[in-house]
Amino acid sequence: MNEPVLRAHNVRKSFGHLEILKGITLEVQAGQVACLLGPSGSGKSTFLRCINHLEKISDGEMWVHGDRIGYRRAGNKLHELKENETAKQRASVGMVFQQFNLFPHRTALENVIEGPTIVQRKSRAKAMAEGMELLDRVGLADKYQHYPSQLSGGQQQRVAIARALALKPKLMLFDEPTSALDPELVGEVLEVMTSLAASGMTMIVVTHEMGFAKEVGDVVHFMADGQLVESGSPRQVLEDPREPRTQAFLSKVLA
Amino acid sequence: MTTRTPEPQENGLVIVPARYLGRWIAAVAVVGILLMLIYSMFANERFHWDVVGEYLFAAPVMAGLGRTLMLTAISMLIGIVLGIVVAVCRLSANPILSTAAWAYSWFFRGTPLMVQLLFWFFLAALIPNIGLGIPFGPQLLSIDTNSVISPFTAALLGLSLNEGAYMGEIVRSGIRSIAAGQTEAAKAIGMSRLQTMRRVILPQAMRVIIPPTGNETIGMLKYTSLVIVIGYSELLTSVSIIYSRNFQTIPLLIVAAIWYLAVTAVLSVGQYFVERHFERGFTPIKGKKPAAPAASATGPVTGPTPAPSIEPELEPSK
Repeated sequence: MNEPVLRAHNVRKSFGHLEILKGITLEVQAGQVACLLGPSGSGKSTFLRCINHLEKISDGEMWVHGDRIGYRRAGNKLHELKENETAKQRASVGMVFQQFNLFPHRTALENVIEGPTIVQRKSRAKAMAEGMELLDRVGLADKYQHYPSQLSGGQQQRVAIARALALKPKLMLFDEPTSALDPELVGEVLEVMTSLAASGMTMIVVTHEMGFAKEVGDVVHFMADGQLVESGSPRQVLEDPREPRTQAFLSKVLA
Repeated sequence: MTTRTPEPQENGLVIVPARYLGRWIAAVAVVGILLMLIYSMFANERFHWDVVGEYLFAAPVMAGLGRTLMLTAISMLIGIVLGIVVAVCRLSANPILSTAAWAYSWFFRGTPLMVQLLFWFFLAALIPNIGLGIPFGPQLLSIDTNSVISPFTAALLGLSLNEGAYMGEIVRSGIRSIAAGQTEAAKAIGMSRLQTMRRVILPQAMRVIIPPTGNETIGMLKYTSLVIVIGYSELLTSVSIIYSRNFQTIPLLIVAAIWYLAVTAVLSVGQYFVERHFERGFTPIKGKKPAAPAASATGPVTGPTPAPSIEPELEPSK
């Protein structure tokens, strides 16, 4: 098999004395949609933030497309990368947040072209043309001049997805992308994510949307208390879980 | 305070507006006091409005006003830049930097501005020569402090270093008002710390920073008058030189006050426009609706979108 897009080996993360991740080992293959499920506080979001180096891992190793995240190895020493070096690594990983985090002082299109023009130093004209294509792809081309405050939550999240895609990432991370939305707006965001998955994008999705995990997910990882409890196909994990911890969680969620 | 006579409604009933006697009494009292003040200002000939008129546009007053404006502008400019540096240092992870920034604010906010101005002016008494060289090593270049510290440089140093301490606090509060999610979003698209600060944090922090900075600028306009103690001939010093010759103290102080008031009025208008610029995206923009139709478009994803002017005008709204 080829080099996986994400390879995590025994990743640990502690905040002070509190250990949030207790040794996570998993791989995500190119084109896969991996859904991370689990009760809140299980470390799903923390794990996702570690992939993008928004949190520094305390122990273990992690590679994205073969590049070691956060460190450079020389002999048997790991040298911590400087912030501007990790900034470069981040650009190949797109991230979508629960609270959208659009830049409120910039229009939808300005939000989308910020990365390409400022970080990748593309020409403004080229970035705008590509930005309009992306807004079109998420169904918001007619809103390109709107400020985030003039958009609904679902529209803001779709702009946020376009903003992350603008850097042409190899991997997209979604941190509970629909949890802050009104129920009637969840569908439009999931639809965008579904079409993105169909286009072959590698995605890691932290979600509570069991329907999405079942329909779109290629593999489901169930986490609890900082550990990876069970992994498998959506059908197997969601309908026929082996571990009692997974069974307990699903019986509550699906009740 | 409506004076409209009540008209019968359809049902024949008449609505009688509530009357507030207290409001009327207060209004009459205020107008009365105002009229008395204005009357006394013109009836009392010791105000010497003729002298005020004579000196309002006099050459030395104009020159003094020009220096006041220059001193205000340069001191504020340096103060704002210093303030940003101090604020970023205060929020830095480096404990030496943050402590140094804190100590700077503590010192310059904790001593009277007048003392600081005199201190810079008499710097030569403390450090007779300013030299360029290797620390604790040989001197490469040395100049007499008195030749560098003119009343102007002393005024500039005193005012801008003092201002930097206050601006530091204002900028810091502005930066801290921005949610952590903004920094994370900027990081996630690969921005460096400097880019994040310049493109994402500061433009938003400006909303919080501008109003108190307007205050500071108006304050600075008047603090420049303190440099009278070191003899830099700004507006108040220029005026005082004139009244020490002709003893028309009050009329000439009125001349100065009129100019301070006029400049403050202009600065307030300027602040309004600067504030409006940084409100982009936070309040509905008046009179400038986005070009695209607001309603419609409920359907998500794909489908042939009308695709408006794909080569959009750059800078959609400025």
